[in-house]
Amino acid sequence: MDSDPAQRNIFGVMEAHPEIAREGVRLRQFGQQAIEWLAGKRIHPSWVVPGGVNEPLSAANRDRILAGMPEALAIARRTLDWFKTGMERFREEIRTFANSPTLFMGLVNDKGGLEFYDGKLRFLDAGGHVVQDGVAAADYAEYIGELAHPWTYLKSSFFKPLGYPEGVYRVGPLARLNIIDGCDTPLASQEWAEFRELDRGAVLSSFHYHYARLVEILYALEKIEQLLRSPDILDPNVRALASANQSEGVGVAEAPRGTLIHHYKVDRDGLITWANLIIATGHNNAAMNRGVLQVARHFVQGNKLTEGMLNRVEAVIRAFDPCLSCSTHADGHLALEIDLRAHDGALLDSVRN
Amino acid sequence: MSAPVGQASLPAEQPKKIRLATVWLDGCSGCHMSLLDTDERLIELAKRVTVVWGPLVDLKEFPAEVDVTLVEGAISSEEDLHRIKMVRARTKLLVSLGDCAVTGNVPAMRNKFGASAVLRRAYLENVTLDPQIPREIVPTLLPAVRPVHEAVPVDLFIPGCPPSADLIFSVLSDLLEGKVSNPAAKFG
Repeated sequence: MDSDPAQRNIFGVMEAHPEIAREGVRLRQFGQQAIEWLAGKRIHPSWVVPGGVNEPLSAANRDRILAGMPEALAIARRTLDWFKTGMERFREEIRTFANSPTLFMGLVNDKGGLEFYDGKLRFLDAGGHVVQDGVAAADYAEYIGELAHPWTYLKSSFFKPLGYPEGVYRVGPLARLNIIDGCDTPLASQEWAEFRELDRGAVLSSFHYHYARLVEILYALEKIEQLLRSPDILDPNVRALASANQSEGVGVAEAPRGTLIHHYKVDRDGLITWANLIIATGHNNAAMNRGVLQVARHFVQGNKLTEGMLNRVEAVIRAFDPCLSCSTHADGHLALEIDLRAHDGALLDSVRN
Repeated sequence: MSAPVGQASLPAEQPKKIRLATVWLDGCSGCHMSLLDTDERLIELAKRVTVVWGPLVDLKEFPAEVDVTLVEGAISSEEDLHRIKMVRARTKLLVSLGDCAVTGNVPAMRNKFGASAVLRRAYLENVTLDPQIPREIVPTLLPAVRPVHEAVPVDLFIPGCPPSADLIFSVLSDLLEGKVSNPAAKFG
């Protein structure tokens, strides 16, 4: 956090810890490559279509993905162990990075387990108690409200029955590991149990988004292997053909960074006439803002802003893995403008990019 | 302003590391992700290039004297416009990276309806509490989304949504070798 800003990035890691950097690149490559072999293209593939996918998986591509699995699993396990042993050095950040009670939301399957594509929404409180379960995608608007602010293009969502700000919740890896009763792969299951020991109720520090993300990577790898080894994975029946048979629909999925809600209305030709999207960064907006305040209170001391202070303000936001482009369509660079003011409002220091 | 504009070549001070910046305007970050999809070639690239600014690094200010800047995204707000002019002035070779920068692409879909219709839908209609159009601090949206070269001169265009990692890598390699000759990249 206090290191040379010119080196504090992926390229600096490549120079200082080439092995860790290479493993990060390799692990990311495994995931991106799997997408390419399934869907033909790594980014914006058009493989997923209404009614299924447009091409079945070939045996050759299944085997290519499986061949990369041992290396990917080894990297994920090593990285998780490395992260856990290093956590002690970040005690102050863990204590102050958006570490406060909120609700948590995400999808769970019918057994209450980790789920990304199906299932129903569950809301959990900071004490770890389920406050609402079994919310179907189509009913999202009964439980989720959206609040507009004058000072940002990013709306904040809240749990409607509690209102705002009581109903502020978080989504994403931390939320998912908090709301579930378990997950169905052996290694991630163990890691999840250990993770949940961090707090008595829900795990509250947003610093632990990083930890939760690593547990989920392990889960994803195990799950990919499970799916690839299931006998019907090469089934050529991968798409049902249908035309527009409803004028309105809602879909919910768990993106890596959190719950994604798409609500559409279409005309007779299936062309979209209306849309509302609630994306992970909107769900997390209020919690991120609280985090910035908490970090600033703790780390900003004296009359001068230092790099280390600013880095922590940025780092608390980054812990949530926000996507500021899809949530606001604003400037993609983390727009940072910080004024440090005295109690009487006098400007002491100011930083902007 | 010292930076030459519209000159598609780099100074011949090889093998000095090239100062590369990446800028993310109104786009989805897919082009930046595609740059990362060069995978291990990124590590080789890092030995010949210093990334001096952009979402992949953590510096707070866009520096002066940048050799190459890759711009992802269209020009949608007054802030984008202000930023691209500043970037242009400090960059020797400006590259429009991906379809949003090159043509306006998805962000420009709003041009059909206009900025105020979009703001009304998002902040007045689809809101449960305190419906209001954000006006404090936030950058004002331009009436129409434009491609980068309508705001400032652009030296090189790399089309694609996103451009493939191979295409980005081949263009960067050509730039590093002092030649800009990839025909697929000459568009617009």
